[in-house]
Amino acid sequence: MSAPMLRAEGVKTQYGKIIALRGVDLDVNEGEIVTIIGANGAGKSTLMMTICGAPRASEGRILFEGQDITRMPTHEIMRLKIAQSPEGRRIFPRMSVFENLQMGAALDNYAHFNDDLERMFDLFPRLKERLHQRGGTLSGGEQQMLAIARALMSRPRLLLLDEPSLGLAPLVVRQIFDVIRDLNATEGLTVFLVEQNAYHALKLAHRGYVLVNGAITLSGTGRALLENPDVKAAYLEGGA
Amino acid sequence: MAVGPVSASAPGPVAAALKDAVISAALTALLLVPLVGLRATEQGGGPLILTTRFGLVAIFGLIVGVLRFVLLLTIWHPARAKPGRTGPALFNGLGDRLAPVLKPAFFGILLVYPLLAVLGSGGLGPSRYWVDLGIYILTYVMLGWGLNIVVGLAGLLDLGYVAFYAVGAYTFALLSTSIPVSDFFAGALGADFWKAWSFWVCLPISGILAALWGVILGFPVLRLRGDYLAIVTLAFGEIIRLVLINWVDLTNGGAGISSIPPITFFGIPFTNSDGGFASLFGLTFDPMHRNIFLYFVILALAALTALATVRLRRMPVGRAWEALREDEIACRSLGINTTLTKLTAFSIGAMFGGFAGAFFAVRIRFVSPESFTFMESAVILAIVVLGGMGSQMGVAMSAILLIGGMEMLRNLTFLKSPWLLGPDFDPSLYRMLIFGFAMVAVMAWRPRGLVSGRLATIFLKHRKKVSGDLVAEGHG
Repeated sequence: MSAPMLRAEGVKTQYGKIIALRGVDLDVNEGEIVTIIGANGAGKSTLMMTICGAPRASEGRILFEGQDITRMPTHEIMRLKIAQSPEGRRIFPRMSVFENLQMGAALDNYAHFNDDLERMFDLFPRLKERLHQRGGTLSGGEQQMLAIARALMSRPRLLLLDEPSLGLAPLVVRQIFDVIRDLNATEGLTVFLVEQNAYHALKLAHRGYVLVNGAITLSGTGRALLENPDVKAAYLEGGA
Repeated sequence: MAVGPVSASAPGPVAAALKDAVISAALTALLLVPLVGLRATEQGGGPLILTTRFGLVAIFGLIVGVLRFVLLLTIWHPARAKPGRTGPALFNGLGDRLAPVLKPAFFGILLVYPLLAVLGSGGLGPSRYWVDLGIYILTYVMLGWGLNIVVGLAGLLDLGYVAFYAVGAYTFALLSTSIPVSDFFAGALGADFWKAWSFWVCLPISGILAALWGVILGFPVLRLRGDYLAIVTLAFGEIIRLVLINWVDLTNGGAGISSIPPITFFGIPFTNSDGGFASLFGLTFDPMHRNIFLYFVILALAALTALATVRLRRMPVGRAWEALREDEIACRSLGINTTLTKLTAFSIGAMFGGFAGAFFAVRIRFVSPESFTFMESAVILAIVVLGGMGSQMGVAMSAILLIGGMEMLRNLTFLKSPWLLGPDFDPSLYRMLIFGFAMVAVMAWRPRGLVSGRLATIFLKHRKKVSGDLVAEGHG
């Protein structure tokens, strides 16, 4: 098997004296959906933000396609065709849906803007209806769709998704996860997914990691983790 | 008729309102007796004499009572159905219909304004007041547009904008009065060159230096946002002013720099001599020629600011500013270099402030630190906020209303009549009070500024107006 697309080697991250990540190793191979599950405060979002360079890893290395990106400024990391849909969606609330999407295409220099726009309308028909509405007036699910669409506008090779199911109705979550599965199956998009909704995430992902207190305790295929009794007890009971 | 909470035994609305009004009027009068009614005046170095003004107290009490009575029966009436958003919607509808003609009309009026002033006041000489007022207002329009880039577009709250205005003014003042610089040009390009051309040479330099100071201020504050940024920029404005006061060797301290050379018509002086503007163009000499020329210079500078902003908004950097105003983290996650984006906003905004500063120096021909107090920053910021952040027309309108309105206060001479407020009354002293009322009124009824809706900056097939009602308060 060839070298992984994204690799973290012994990544440690601190907020001042508080250690958030205590040496995380993980691989994301091209064409995979990989998920990180874990409880609140386990360091899932920190891991994703560390990959993006804010905050920086205090130790360890992060490689993207063999290139060391540990010390790169955030905006340059994003130019390597990594796109992020950050936690809490963070769309531009006072810009229209169209303007939001256009901001996403800035990195691609608008080269494929019209094609990509049509593609986003196919993926998320709701966005077409809302095109000239301000981002802040969309519903939570629509905002999440917009955040993902905005990230996809830069034609990324790796999509980082931070808690796309946060605060959304189950039906909308399923809709969004279906789109991610489709994108992966038809376009081979590599997805790195951070989720609290362990059941959905593990069902979707090829492989998964379990993060506890800043360290990876378990890893395996999505199906294997779903059936793992520890995972079941900690993250799935009462959930799903 | 809606059944209100008023039961049959309770007094009717008129009686209740009357009671309330009488109590309010009495309270007001009571409060104002010591505040307004009694007044200690000095009489030629002698002892203080207590004068009474109970008539004025009664007038104030009456005003409060009548206003409360009227308001209680109309706007504050409990049974009155809320009209929804009719007020703003009414304005918006009007704005939509006027929008296509408003901008060309606005610039058309600005272009012919000196002509109107001359015709209206009957001659070049008498029009001086009106032309000067136009220059004064346009200076603030330009400053408002410059600050609008920083505050309105990039969302960086800058309370020290006057610092860049000062940098521009002092750059021009120092260079134009500098003897070594003058000698250098006298040796290279002739004795009169520097006197004739100093403004036109210094104008770009002022802008560039102000932009440089924008970057210098920008670097340390890159990590700050909101309140913290506001405090640092406020401090920066004060630092610049204090340096200007205390660096006496360079700036001549509080005494300021005088005898700055006047503006020339691209090298041709406005003098009553053979080589002057009047004789070259076959006109009779009139000192007003210079003022009218100054008007067109500031109009051109303001137009440059407006056009540059419109262009920049459509360029990636302008869109990055707007995105930065919305969400910095999202910006970074989309690969926008937020450092560079903030610095460009600061420096471009500062550059226009610098241009305006150089213009200020050449118009007044005297600069001193007193012209660059925090009050100036506050007025410019108020213009931007009242006008609707990000809206160019709004900023222009609020500059005209605020600056022109304050000036008009001087003309309220009828208030000086003895039975009203007395000959000592100076309405312009109350301008800050009225300014405050205007702020409160605009924020209460148009919380997003006078012009709050905006056209989508970028659009697919046709422009759609994004209504101000959908916008968070104070942003646009």
